[in-house]
Amino acid sequence: MTELKHYFAPTSLDQAVECLKDGDVTILAGGTDLTPQSQAGRIRIKRTLMNIRHIPQLSGITLEGREIRIGTLATITEIMEHPLVRQHLPVLVEACNHFASDQIRNAATLGGNICNASPAGDTLIPLLLLDARVELASMPEAKLYRHSMPLATFFVGPGKTRRSLCELLTCVRIPLPGEGHVAHFHKLGTRPALDISTISIGIGGTLREGVLTNVRVAFGAVAPTPVRAARAEQALEGQKLDAAIIDRVAAIARDEVEPIDDVRATAWYRKEMIHNITRRMLTHVAQA
Amino acid sequence: MSLKHDIEFTLNGVKRQASVDVTMNTLAMLRDVIGLTGTKYGCGEGECGACTIQVDGVSLNSCLMFAVDCDGRELTTIEGLANDSKADALREAFVEHGAVQCGFCTPGMIMQADHLLHKHPHADAECVKRGIEGNLCRCTGYKKIVDAIVAAEDGQRTAP
Repeated sequence: MTELKHYFAPTSLDQAVECLKDGDVTILAGGTDLTPQSQAGRIRIKRTLMNIRHIPQLSGITLEGREIRIGTLATITEIMEHPLVRQHLPVLVEACNHFASDQIRNAATLGGNICNASPAGDTLIPLLLLDARVELASMPEAKLYRHSMPLATFFVGPGKTRRSLCELLTCVRIPLPGEGHVAHFHKLGTRPALDISTISIGIGGTLREGVLTNVRVAFGAVAPTPVRAARAEQALEGQKLDAAIIDRVAAIARDEVEPIDDVRATAWYRKEMIHNITRRMLTHVAQA
Repeated sequence: MSLKHDIEFTLNGVKRQASVDVTMNTLAMLRDVIGLTGTKYGCGEGECGACTIQVDGVSLNSCLMFAVDCDGRELTTIEGLANDSKADALREAFVEHGAVQCGFCTPGMIMQADHLLHKHPHADAECVKRGIEGNLCRCTGYKKIVDAIVAAEDGQRTAP
């Protein structure tokens, strides 16, 4: 356990991952979580505090082939206002719109929301629906090494991910949704602004003639990580969305999640809300 | 000894240098290092918006920003806006609509309203309400604040 000894603001990705080799580094991006958490003593800043703001490769939202690349430093405001995101990923815009407050959206970064790995992280549910992958950079030898993994396998527990201490999350890659893609997000909380979700639900897939395929169902704040609901997805796959199937899937979803009691809600309430809102959202999809 | 770092930034149009604790937040720097106390400390965790300032043209909670992260950036605080004639309409609308009671939320509210009106020059009451979601006021019930911001934009306010 060492105390903070260095502040470093690299201007290139190479410098940043070189610094991370040390393994004793706290990464600063938007700061909206790190500032209050560290000042309240809930997070201890490691030997080096590295501010990644000045690394150009980590910014920007671009179309690369059939993928949208969102740099780790993109703020929630930048994402929700970007024409590419608005055109192709409206469900992400919907979630960003319910994210904290304007001031926080102007500072908080996508990479920060992902790496904080809150079970209730607002952007994580739509990213799961969209089959997002995260790209990680490191420098195991003398050369920059990049690899990626599906976001669905990235989360390990509350605040814990598969990012190693020597890696930097550089961007998120989202395949362009195909023809007929639908996706919806619902955040349940006590007030619209600055609220941590009691639960959140995302449902997506390809809808053709009332039949949903490539189904994605994801839930926030009902497990130690944001989760895909495999059984609900399986029950929906290839089905025509009629009242019977909607009722069945809502019940499966309720039984599939294992939330906890906490200050925001009881486990019982969360399960009931998963049931009711899943049913409401599926009914909405069916009627669209 | 806590770790210090030297930074250089523009504050209300003037180049400044400061030596700050690396773990210090921008709000503490403004108030305790620079001595500008117009920006208020309310909750210290981004819930209340009393510490709202503008950095590189967007509004932020200064309590959620490391002071070292101000390096190379452009900050505007309520003291800067107070000397900016472009903010006259907003200031006067707050006075005329009685949008100030205890006044503690006012600097943050004005900084956020100014940002909001830059971004949405024709903001209606709904847009204003969304825009100030991150600013708490415990006196007014918000109605007068929303009225003031909408009026500042509309130019509907009567001359003093």
